[in-house]
Amino acid sequence: MEDIGVLLRFPAMPYLDQELDKHFKLFRFWDVSENEKEAFLRKNSGSIRAVVGNASAGADAELIDSLPNLEIVACFSVGLDKVDLDKCKEKGIRVTNTPDVLTDDVADLAIGLILATMRRICESDRFVRSGKWKKGDFKLTTKFTGKSVGIIGLGRIGLAIAMRAEAFGCPISYHSRSPKPDLKYKYYPSVVELASNCRILVVACALTEETHHIVNQKVIDALGPKGVLINIARGPLVDESELVSALVDGRLGGAGLDVFEHEPVVPEELFGLDNVVLTPHIGSGTVETRMAMADLVLGNLKAHFSSRPLLTPVV
Amino acid sequence: MENQNPVPTVIPKVLVLRPPPVFPFFEPRYSDKFQFLKAWESPIPTEEFLETHAASVAALLTCGFNRITPDILRRLPSLRLIVTTSAGLDHIDLPECRRRGIAVADAGSVFSEDVADAAVGLLLDVLRRVSAAGRYVRAGLWPLNGDYPLGTKLGGKRVGIIGLGNIGLEVAKRLEAFGCFISYTSRTKKASVSFPFYQSAIELAAYCDILVICCMLTDQTRHMVNKEVLKALGKEGVVINIARGGVIDEKELVRCLVEGEIAGAGLDVFEREPEVPKELFTLDNVVLSPHCAVLTEEAVGDLCELLAANLEAFFSNKPLISQVAT
Repeated sequence: MEDIGVLLRFPAMPYLDQELDKHFKLFRFWDVSENEKEAFLRKNSGSIRAVVGNASAGADAELIDSLPNLEIVACFSVGLDKVDLDKCKEKGIRVTNTPDVLTDDVADLAIGLILATMRRICESDRFVRSGKWKKGDFKLTTKFTGKSVGIIGLGRIGLAIAMRAEAFGCPISYHSRSPKPDLKYKYYPSVVELASNCRILVVACALTEETHHIVNQKVIDALGPKGVLINIARGPLVDESELVSALVDGRLGGAGLDVFEHEPVVPEELFGLDNVVLTPHIGSGTVETRMAMADLVLGNLKAHFSSRPLLTPVV
Repeated sequence: MENQNPVPTVIPKVLVLRPPPVFPFFEPRYSDKFQFLKAWESPIPTEEFLETHAASVAALLTCGFNRITPDILRRLPSLRLIVTTSAGLDHIDLPECRRRGIAVADAGSVFSEDVADAAVGLLLDVLRRVSAAGRYVRAGLWPLNGDYPLGTKLGGKRVGIIGLGNIGLEVAKRLEAFGCFISYTSRTKKASVSFPFYQSAIELAAYCDILVICCMLTDQTRHMVNKEVLKALGKEGVVINIARGGVIDEKELVRCLVEGEIAGAGLDVFEREPEVPKELFTLDNVVLSPHCAVLTEEAVGDLCELLAANLEAFFSNKPLISQVAT
């Protein structure tokens, strides 16, 4: 398989980079400067039969069109918002992602963000490190156990979050494309209704054209000054400028955010707010999970190029 | 002759040596129900104050940092009730209370959930580097230096709980939902619980990846988490302490963290609060909080209600709400 060209769109962890390099002809597209990308593609497109993408960069229509021999897009993510799925279907290009292996870590981080936000863990750590404890006690924070949790999107990750929140005695409600009658959680037909009826709103759905800015000003207002927004899904699911102004104005109680509209840029107005917890898209960021994701990418590519069934096909 | 003046209700006196952290919330809510004798506000030394003003006092409101010694009890001949705002009892000489016929009421399980929440929050922060990654973002390093280094997965980890009381059980319940495997050590094995039991902290540490300290501080548990236990826990090990600083040999813990002998720690309590070893301030695998695991609006509200309920029960000769065995 060493002559099969694989276009890598992001700086991969050493294990993944080494294995791709070992088994295929690896093109590190992320390392090519912007003004040289076009020339690079023209030179190498003939041999490129696979693209490896992630949450930041995948395969849009333009890239797909410039790779005439593209057969498979293997995503190092479960989200597919950076891949033009319709175009791939149209051209018979296979698409794979990394579901299940990252579900637990992302759900764990969602709860970690809730606790950090409501119990002011990061702020209290700053309080100790700055020496302020010697001058007086920290303030009262807000209890998490028993608070109502509303989840947008009850897929694998949404369900895993619900299960964890239940262990904290939280009543669970949700909104998704359609109700799930097998589940005992309360369904709301709109996100605004969900936000009006919960204390903590967790965004856990896929980013599509329909869900862009699904958390808008109306939803943020409904969540209100005691409400907390948690986003471990995709930045563009939330109207970020509305969110920032609501937090700055105190119209929203707090937020725990792992994803942003224009990563790695994070609105600086948020930096000074102690009711906001910010993390740099680390939802699946553990050694164990990234290894498992890498193995899925490698496994899918090897399967495809040896005409075996794909491990985790989407298209 | 008819009595025109109504008999004034005697507001019962409650002695307070030094104000518990919850006192600023408690006093305003209940100042019409109880008359607080505030020893710390008097210019005269405490012993003299007690002898002069507290001879007839029947109830004492205290907290973890007031040591209730035989010496103090000797100066309170009318004392029949001690209400402590803590769940721990290491500051009260219980045998002396029993000898003197003094009932003791504690905070029961009123803030067990909040403390368990804090323990889980600290653990998630340590393993997933929430605070450290937050510092990275706020310093503007994400666009400059790229992705933050990887953390450690919580699921599948073996968690050893030291002390399986109310708080320990709440921690266990939560962590099971994250796919952790729970085992514990305690003074005695709990028949009602199916988690594997280990006789000692060192055996528990040898088996587990994570230790969560949820026990009371007693002579037996002081420095229980020592050099040998930390060594048994190992280089991948994480310690979470929401109990009392004294359960850990703090100097040894700091050394292990600085030298990479264990992987991380989440600490809400310290041996000499509010002093915290400065060596910890530069470590990204450590999360520190200022003994605030119980300090939520809800826990404080519930605690105030419980304190008042115990005091009211006592003064109306009714059974206490959260009496402890002495």
